[in-house]
Amino acid sequence: MMASDEPMAEISCTVNGQPVRAHVPLRQSLVDFVRHGLGLTGSHVGCEHGVCGACHAVVDGRVVRGCLMLAVQVDGRTVTTIETDQPTAQMRALQDTFFERAALQCGFCTPGMILQASELLTRTAAPTRAEIRDALSGNYCRCTGYHAIVDAVETAAARLRDKAAA
Amino acid sequence: MPRASTRRLVAGRGRYVDDIPAKGEVYAAFLRSPHAHAAFEVVNISAAAAIPGVVRVLTAEDIDPVCPPWKCVLRNAPDLQSPEQRPLARRQAVFQGEPIALVVAQSRAIAEDALELIEVEWSERPAAISLEAAAMPDAVPAHENLKSNICWRFEHRSGDPDKAFADAEHVVQRRLVFARKTGVPLEPRGILASYDPSTNALTVHVSHQMPHQFQLHLAELLGMSPLDVRVICSDIGGAFGIKMHVYPEEVAVCAASRILGRPVKFIADRVESLSSDVHAREHIVEARMAVNTSGMITAIDVDDIQGLGAYSVYPRSSTAEAMSALRAVGGPYRFDNYHALLRSVLQNKVMTGQYRSVGHPVAAAITEALVEDAAAVRGEDSIVFRQRNFLPTEAMPWVSPMGARMIDLSHHACLERMLTLVDYPRLRQEIDTWRQEGRIVGLGLASFVEFTATGAEAYGRAHVPVSSLDGVMLTMEPTGEVRAQCSASEIGQGIQQGLAQIIADAVGVRADKVRVALGDTAASPHGGGAWSSRGAAITGETAWTAGRKLRNELLNVAAAMLQTTAASLDLRDGRILAADTGAERIAIGDVARTAIFHPYDLPTGTNAQMSVSHTWGRDADPFLPTNGVQASLVEIDPISGLVRPLRHWVVEDCGRIINPLLVDEQIRGGVVQGIGEALYEICRYTEDGQYGSGTLADYLLPMAADMPDIVVAHVETPYSGSQLGAKGAGEAGTCGAPAAVLNAVNDALRPFSGRIDAMPISPVDVLRALGKLPAKAGA
Repeated sequence: MMASDEPMAEISCTVNGQPVRAHVPLRQSLVDFVRHGLGLTGSHVGCEHGVCGACHAVVDGRVVRGCLMLAVQVDGRTVTTIETDQPTAQMRALQDTFFERAALQCGFCTPGMILQASELLTRTAAPTRAEIRDALSGNYCRCTGYHAIVDAVETAAARLRDKAAA
Repeated sequence: MPRASTRRLVAGRGRYVDDIPAKGEVYAAFLRSPHAHAAFEVVNISAAAAIPGVVRVLTAEDIDPVCPPWKCVLRNAPDLQSPEQRPLARRQAVFQGEPIALVVAQSRAIAEDALELIEVEWSERPAAISLEAAAMPDAVPAHENLKSNICWRFEHRSGDPDKAFADAEHVVQRRLVFARKTGVPLEPRGILASYDPSTNALTVHVSHQMPHQFQLHLAELLGMSPLDVRVICSDIGGAFGIKMHVYPEEVAVCAASRILGRPVKFIADRVESLSSDVHAREHIVEARMAVNTSGMITAIDVDDIQGLGAYSVYPRSSTAEAMSALRAVGGPYRFDNYHALLRSVLQNKVMTGQYRSVGHPVAAAITEALVEDAAAVRGEDSIVFRQRNFLPTEAMPWVSPMGARMIDLSHHACLERMLTLVDYPRLRQEIDTWRQEGRIVGLGLASFVEFTATGAEAYGRAHVPVSSLDGVMLTMEPTGEVRAQCSASEIGQGIQQGLAQIIADAVGVRADKVRVALGDTAASPHGGGAWSSRGAAITGETAWTAGRKLRNELLNVAAAMLQTTAASLDLRDGRILAADTGAERIAIGDVARTAIFHPYDLPTGTNAQMSVSHTWGRDADPFLPTNGVQASLVEIDPISGLVRPLRHWVVEDCGRIINPLLVDEQIRGGVVQGIGEALYEICRYTEDGQYGSGTLADYLLPMAADMPDIVVAHVETPYSGSQLGAKGAGEAGTCGAPAAVLNAVNDALRPFSGRIDAMPISPVDVLRALGKLPAKAGA
C-alpha cells in the first residue's frame, strides 16, 4: 500500500485488550494509526494540533491526544479507544448519561469527551460544574454549547457514587 | 425523548466520511494559492509525479475537459455579477487558499510531499482585501478586468422614510462593524468519490447538508444523468450552513475520480477548513432609527456593505446573508417606513456564505442596539420601549416593510416570560450592588424574529435548484413496524428522531417501531435536506400526512378483517382498538401480515397499500417567522478587558415542539455559537490578504470553561397554516445571542466613557471603552 521509500517501523502494542503488531510509517500519528491501520474510527481528527480533543485515546491509562503522539511511541504500550469492549464503569455511565441527556448532537467530539470525562471521574468522584467545565476545556464541542455535557457528567458522577455507596 | 441513533455515536460507532473505506481508494491533496491575487503558470509537475506512491498530478488543464466552470446566477437578480469559478483555478488565483492543482496518491502524506515539488511561477497582483477599500469606486479590482467590485446593489424603500426622519422627535444611529467568522463544524468537509467507468456511474459519500442538491449539481457539472450520480450523506459531524455549498475541492475530487476511474478521497485538514470553508457575517452597517414624540418607532434606515470574497458562493449566492439581514431588521417591531441599501462587494478572500441564522444575528444586533439607544435618549427602560413598539398580537397578520408576513408571533408573552425568568427587578438591584462593589457587570436583552423553513419562492424564482419540498415514503413491515425514507438530512440536530416520533404518532405505533432513513439519493425521494431550520416544519408535516395515509390503509384492512367500518376503529401503540370502548381487537402486525401474505382473506380489490408516500411544501408563507427574547449577563475584567458571560437566558417560540429535549439543546448550542460570534470568533486577513486564523489556536472557539449555563423556556404559538403547527428552532439561539451580549457589554460600560460597536468584542476595544487605553485614532 505504502510507497517503497516511506520510512517504516515495526511496533508491538496492546489495543483494546488485543495484541497488535504493525508496520507503521515513522511519521504516522497515533490517531491515523488506530483509524486507518486498525479500523478503529471512533477517535476523530478535528484539528491535528492538539487543541480540539476529538482524537483522544488512552495510553497506559492516561488520556492522550492522538494527533500529537506518533504511532511508534505506543510501541510496547497499552492503548484503549472508545471502541473497547471492556469500558470502565465511568465510560459506561457517561455513555448512558450522554445518550439520555442529549449531550451530543453530531457526535464527532463525543468519544473524546467521554474519555476525558471518564478520566476526571476516575480522579474526582464529585466534581463541581466548574471543575467539569475546566476538565473539558481541552475538548471542543461545536454543537451543544456544553451545558448538557456538564449535566451528563454530573449525573454520571452521581450514579457512580450511588453505586459505590450501595 | 433521547435520539435512538446516538447510542452508536457515544460508542464511537459513527460513520463519518473519513470512516468509510472504498477498495482501491487513493487520497487527494490540493496545492493552494499562497497569494491573495496572482497570475500563475504551473510550469512543472514531473518531479511531483515521480514520487513513489503518487498516482496523478492534476491541474486545470486536466480537469477543465471533464468539468466546465460555474458561476452564481440568480435569475431574479440579473444585475448580480459574479465571475466564473473552476474546480482548479486556471492562470488566475483570486484568494489565498484557492486550489490550483491536485495530487492523488497512495496516502495523504505522500500527496502532500508531492505538492511541494510542483513548480509554479507566480506574478502577484494588488489585492482587494478590506471591505471599505474594496467597496470604493476606484478600488483595486478583485479580478482582472472587473469594472467594479460591487457584485450586487440592492435598494428598498417603503413608506416615506425621509419624511419620518425629518419629523422624528429623536433619531438614533449606530455604525456597527461585524467581522468575518466561520462555522467550524468539528468534522471538516470531506468526500469519497467512486466513479465506475463500466457503468458511467458515480457514487459519492460526502459531508453535506443536501444530498439531492449536491447530486443535481454534480450531474450537471460532470455531464451525467442524476440517475447515475448517487450521493450518500452518512453521519455528518456538524454543518451549520458551511456544508450546503458547491465547493471547488469536492467537484475536483469527483472529476479526478472520473479521470482515474477509481475512488478518490479528500478530507480537509483544519487549516484548509478555516481558510476554504465559507466565511460569514462581514458587514459594515450604518443604521438609524426615527422615534416620534409618543416613543413609537416610525422609520429605520440601514446601509449595509457586505463582504462576499472572491465569488458569490455557488449556487445560493453570498448575497442571501445580507438580504436575510435586511428582511429581519426591526423584526419584532411595528414600523411603517424603511429604507435599506446594500452593496455586496467582491474581495480577494474566501467566499462568504450561509452560516447558521443567515443574516439574522446582524439584523438583531443592529435593531436591538438602536432600541437601547432610543430608550436611553427618551430616558426610559428599554423594556418599556420594546413593549410599546412590539407588533401586537391583534395586529397580526401584518406585512413588514420588507414584505415579510408576520403571523403567529408572541413578542409580549416572550418578554414577560423572560422578565419572570430573570427576576428582572431583583437582578437589576443585584447588578447595582455589584457595581457598588466595583464590579463591571451588565445585563443585555435582545428580542428577535428569525425566519425559518424557507419556502419555494426564495430560490425557485432565482432558478437555483434548491428544493423546499420534502418527500416521505413509509413501508409497513410484516412485523407491524414502519420503515421510512425521508428527504431531510440528519446533521446532528436530531430530525431523524423527530420524524420517527411524528410518524409514530401519525400511524399509531411506538416511536421505537419506526426506523427513519435519510441522506441517500438512491433511496429517498427528492427533497430539501437540512437548511433554514426546516425539518420539523416541512419534513415533519410531510411525514405526518404520510403517516396518516398509512394509518388509513391499516384501518381499512383491519375493518375488512373484523367486518366493521374503519371509522369504528382506532389505532394506538400498534394495536387496533374499538374506537368507542378502547377494547383491543387485533395487533397491527396481524393486519400487516394479512395484507402482505394473505390478501386472499380480504375482499376482492382491497389492494391495501403497505407503502405510501407523500410530498409536500407550503403554498403560503414564503418563510415561517419565529420569535423570542434572549438575555445575557456579563462581567468585564477591568485589567484584561475580557468579557465573561455569567448567565444566559432564552425564551423562544418555535410553535409546536415535537421533542423538547432536542429543541432545548438546539437553542443552547446556537446560543454558544452566538456568544462565540460576539466575543471570540474572527477570520483575520492581513492587509495583503494572508489568512491569519488557520488553526484552532488562532481561531478561538467557545470552550466549556468560558461558557455559562443557559436557561431555556418556551412560549408555544403553533403555525396556523399547518397540521402540526411546528416552526423552525435550530437557529434561534444564534440569532439573538450576539445582540444580547453586545447590549450586556454596553450596559456594563454605561458608567464609563465608551461603547462597543464592533463584533467580536475585543478586549482592546473594551479597555478603550473603559478609558484604560487611548481611543482609536480617528474614532
